[in-house]
Amino acid sequence: MHNRRDKWLSFLLVSPSIIAVAIFVYGFIGWTIRVSLSGWKGLMPDYTFVGLKNYATLLNDPRFQIDIRNTLIFTAVFLVGAVLLGLALAIMLDQGLKGEAFFRGIFLFPMAISYIVTGVVWRWLMNPAMGSRLSGFNLLFKSLGLDFLVNTWHTTPYWGIAFLAIPAIWQLSGYTMAMYLAGLRAIPDQLREAARVDGASEWQIMRYIILPLLTPVTLSAVIIIGHMSLKVFDLIVAVAGKQLPLDVPAIYMWQATFDGNFYGLGAAIGVFLLISVAILIIPYIRFTLRSEENS
Amino acid sequence: MKKFRLRKKHLLYIPLVFLAIIWLLPLYVMVVTGFKGFEEISLKTMWNLPASIQFDNYLEAFGKLAPNLWNSINMVIPAAIISSILGSLNGYLLSKWKFKGSDIIFPLILFGMFIPYQAILIPLVQFMKAVDLYGGLPGLVLTHVIYGIPITTLTFRNYYASISNELLEAASVDGSSMLRTYWSILLPISIPSFAVVLIWQFTQAWNDFLFAVVVTKPEFWPITVALNNMAGSQIIAWNVQMAGAFITALPTLLLYLFLGRYFLRGMMAGALKE
Repeated sequence: MHNRRDKWLSFLLVSPSIIAVAIFVYGFIGWTIRVSLSGWKGLMPDYTFVGLKNYATLLNDPRFQIDIRNTLIFTAVFLVGAVLLGLALAIMLDQGLKGEAFFRGIFLFPMAISYIVTGVVWRWLMNPAMGSRLSGFNLLFKSLGLDFLVNTWHTTPYWGIAFLAIPAIWQLSGYTMAMYLAGLRAIPDQLREAARVDGASEWQIMRYIILPLLTPVTLSAVIIIGHMSLKVFDLIVAVAGKQLPLDVPAIYMWQATFDGNFYGLGAAIGVFLLISVAILIIPYIRFTLRSEENS
Repeated sequence: MKKFRLRKKHLLYIPLVFLAIIWLLPLYVMVVTGFKGFEEISLKTMWNLPASIQFDNYLEAFGKLAPNLWNSINMVIPAAIISSILGSLNGYLLSKWKFKGSDIIFPLILFGMFIPYQAILIPLVQFMKAVDLYGGLPGLVLTHVIYGIPITTLTFRNYYASISNELLEAASVDGSSMLRTYWSILLPISIPSFAVVLIWQFTQAWNDFLFAVVVTKPEFWPITVALNNMAGSQIIAWNVQMAGAFITALPTLLLYLFLGRYFLRGMMAGALKE
């Protein structure tokens, strides 16, 4: 049924989208790379080739080293939190409890709102003020007699960025929960039944049957959450503004480019982000499409 | 069949209820603060229920955000509709009318949904200025439509791929052309996929901050940018900020509340899962 004329027509009709993606994704990436190799400073575009100078500047830039460190801490906390919590929630909700849909709805609702909304609310919940000005979670902890939990949140020296992963975990654990729930639902009940007949305890079934079968889901969750973590921008801006101790590459890119007019440097940060995301995502896309073909 | 897997599974309600309360706390503070009168807005009483229901905070926040709310509505609706139409057409052609190279093009399109937009922001601004779309809402709509192509195409492609070829071949034998088959057979059964994509694109564009702050001027800022600006200001009280946050969150929260099933499917597509 697929004759030549129809194939041509098909190509013709998809081509506006292909051209748009070719320009806005790949063309623009190429353009950014070109800017990153230029000495463009100031408002007027300047494509004078300077080689890898901007990248060399970044490597020796103390601010960029803070960014890398912050990204690593943020990613570690965010990943561990969102993946473990998502898994725990999914396992609990997969037991056939009454009200499962209700709980699922609650854990997922933050996915529907903007990082900016989350940030604005959490900046007051994580208010670091002490003494008589205690408020937010600190106030709640104190009134519940949990004084040891009172802390300075994102204003904590060095580890401040780790606290910013908390609202991110709040926002995205529902996502990982949904991924794990889908994974759990795909495991046939006969497997569990067979193991039970063989005398396996519920804990053994979980440990030796269910968890290994969920490994691909964990891999997906790590890649999806990990790449979001590398890109984090809105949430940090909304909770803490743009301050150096909580800086990440996406914010530095913003400030270098649009506040400081160091376009060459900003572009280099953009390319750096792109490469780090691509390392995670390209194998993921290839793997997903290949397993789709095989199925 | 024996459905329960843990003994004493009702004990699970303890951690579940505990976590659910924590999950709802931010929502609680946001909503409750909005209803408090200006006289009880001390940070010290932020966890208390309002003494009386008042609308001062919502009114003030709404007064400040109304133009931006309007911008968001005007931007999001065309962005979601155009995205869905494009995605549906692309999905149909890339699943049922594969041409030479379409299997190479599809993953290349997909990659576009994961890129950090910092890698395209500088050219985007230059481009928008060059074609005279910088600053206003049409430029922002175009941005959302184009960067939405990957996920909308993916969602529809997966759906159409699940429909049997026999149905289409039968139509083809009857002399139905490619587009006619799409129009009279596939489109009517794609309503659920349209719901998924419309809701997803609506939510994405509504919640976006980065594109908006880069390509629009302050008078065309959507509500997220205005809210962030409000929160950064020293003059606007925290209670008004909370009310503003709730106003910003409400449209997508309502969509989620009533059409959560479709929302979830959009989310799974975002992770290349169905």
